[in-house]
Amino acid sequence: MARAPHAALLEWRTVIDVAFSHRQGSFSLDVSMQVPDSGVTGLFGTSGAGKSTVADAIAGLIRPDAGRIAIGETVLFDSARGVAVAPERRRIGYVFQEARLFPHMNVRANLHFGGRRRGAASPDTFEQVVGLLGLEPLLDRRTRHLSGGEAQRVAIGRALLSGPDLLIMDEPLSSLDQQRRDDVLPHLERLAADTGVPTVYITHSIEEIIRLADHLAVMANGTVLACGPIQDVMARPDLPVLNDRRDAGTILLTTVAGHFDDDHLSALRFGEHTLLVPRTERAEGSPLALRILARDVSLALEPPQRSSVMNVLPGTVTGIHPRGDGHVDVSIDSGQIIRARITRRSADDLSLKVGLELYALVKSVAFAERDAFRRHADGEG
Amino acid sequence: MPTPAETEALLLSLRVAVWSVLGSLPPAIAIAWLLARTRFPGHALLNGILHIPLVVPPVVIGYLLLVFLGRRGPGGMFLENVFGITLGFTWQGAAIASAIVAFPLMLRAIRQSIEGVDRRLEQAARTLGASPANAFCTVTLPLIAPGVFAGMVLSFARSLGEFGATITFVSSIPGETRTLPLALYAAAQVPGGEAQATRLVVISITLAMIALIGSEWLARRTRHYSSGGP
Repeated sequence: MARAPHAALLEWRTVIDVAFSHRQGSFSLDVSMQVPDSGVTGLFGTSGAGKSTVADAIAGLIRPDAGRIAIGETVLFDSARGVAVAPERRRIGYVFQEARLFPHMNVRANLHFGGRRRGAASPDTFEQVVGLLGLEPLLDRRTRHLSGGEAQRVAIGRALLSGPDLLIMDEPLSSLDQQRRDDVLPHLERLAADTGVPTVYITHSIEEIIRLADHLAVMANGTVLACGPIQDVMARPDLPVLNDRRDAGTILLTTVAGHFDDDHLSALRFGEHTLLVPRTERAEGSPLALRILARDVSLALEPPQRSSVMNVLPGTVTGIHPRGDGHVDVSIDSGQIIRARITRRSADDLSLKVGLELYALVKSVAFAERDAFRRHADGEG
Repeated sequence: MPTPAETEALLLSLRVAVWSVLGSLPPAIAIAWLLARTRFPGHALLNGILHIPLVVPPVVIGYLLLVFLGRRGPGGMFLENVFGITLGFTWQGAAIASAIVAFPLMLRAIRQSIEGVDRRLEQAARTLGASPANAFCTVTLPLIAPGVFAGMVLSFARSLGEFGATITFVSSIPGETRTLPLALYAAAQVPGGEAQATRLVVISITLAMIALIGSEWLARRTRHYSSGGP
């Protein structure tokens, strides 16, 4: 189940193809997205964007007015041909916002519910899932004696044990408090790496997206605005839902090149560039994705002499995006896209234009954020 | 100790009530589900018709049964000619009268409990591979068990006390249709029957107490089970 670094991000086959339109009262959806056959696809959008309706349509809990939904060669829904496979025949594991455990069964019976109906999961698989989610001590408990985080872990296990071709998680952490989230998130990260079941992860939290997702689909007002590898979508300057926030930024895919223990620093390599970041626990050679916030990047026409900024990345301006608030977002191609959010006055002073060669100055402290390090492939942990 | 005639009335009452409850249970669950979970033309009309026994005097129900299912009634003649079944003046007829009079009570209890079940649990069951029927049997039914049980108790109690519809439809034939309330009524009509009537009152109250205590105990067990027993 080990993946080569970033391989899943570079080459992928579509596993599920979703294109449908649907009206619900005054709200109408017109959705088109492709989900790859491995890894986690984040479905991101503000509440009310229609994310849960997409999940319900894929799982077969609602019947869209028109369109087509297919997993590989298997058509689940096709309004033109009158195909609508019943939810129980779709092999879609669905983890709901609320755990929805069966209250009249204990944890073990809940976990077996799907497997019993879809050709029982092997004892090995059961043990593996139970171990992965830390459910061993809960097996004989009644569901009403579980905490929110425990219940959600059971719900995830129950969905996995039904042998799904695709796992959908609809904001599985949103009903939990911060402490419970921190309890469940590491399990989700391991899940993404260890199970190999392609997953659609619905959330309105950019932090969860960055920790879990390889691919990203962005939704607003009932349509999918962008869909693709996370670093490509995050680098797009034209998505207000991603860019109209203080923590707007882009994703860099790097490899750990070495550690400097005395300075509490690690070196990360991407392309021909090296970044110095606070010491990471990850081994040399392991892949590491990190987020660089646009507000932590400044620009210079010449490499600064005698500066406290350790990371100076040469690059070319590929886009200049004025914002309403007196700031300008500048996209710089330095092998991968980095974004800088600077004032309009600075942009004028530097006479920025597309094609200009300059230097992006990244403060090391920008990496120190708790969510900046993401396990995005099989590794330790 | 009860006399043979009293024992006969007691056993007959129990037999009529048990069959009335068991016979109406499957249609009550099916119709309760239809009313709770679907909308169709005639939904309100069906609901209204099924509640008629609750609001009209039982004698009216008994009379209607006599007209339609009695020996001379169209339904009664059909049953007799095709299946050789006679309902008029038989204990089976008494059970049907009881079932119809008690039906709305059972229906309401079951419908309310179905409406109380979170449909999202049924959806979750569907995504885990359960067909609608399977989801109903393994998720909904266990969760509504306390409501079903309450409906059965109500309808059983109503059957034991049934008088008007029974006496009108199947008369009061000792050993065939004379249940406890009918026997008590008969005793009260005879001069010097006060002692007999008193004995029947004691038997009726004792039976009711036993049924009540038993149902309480069973209800506790059912609730325990449907909320995830040990």
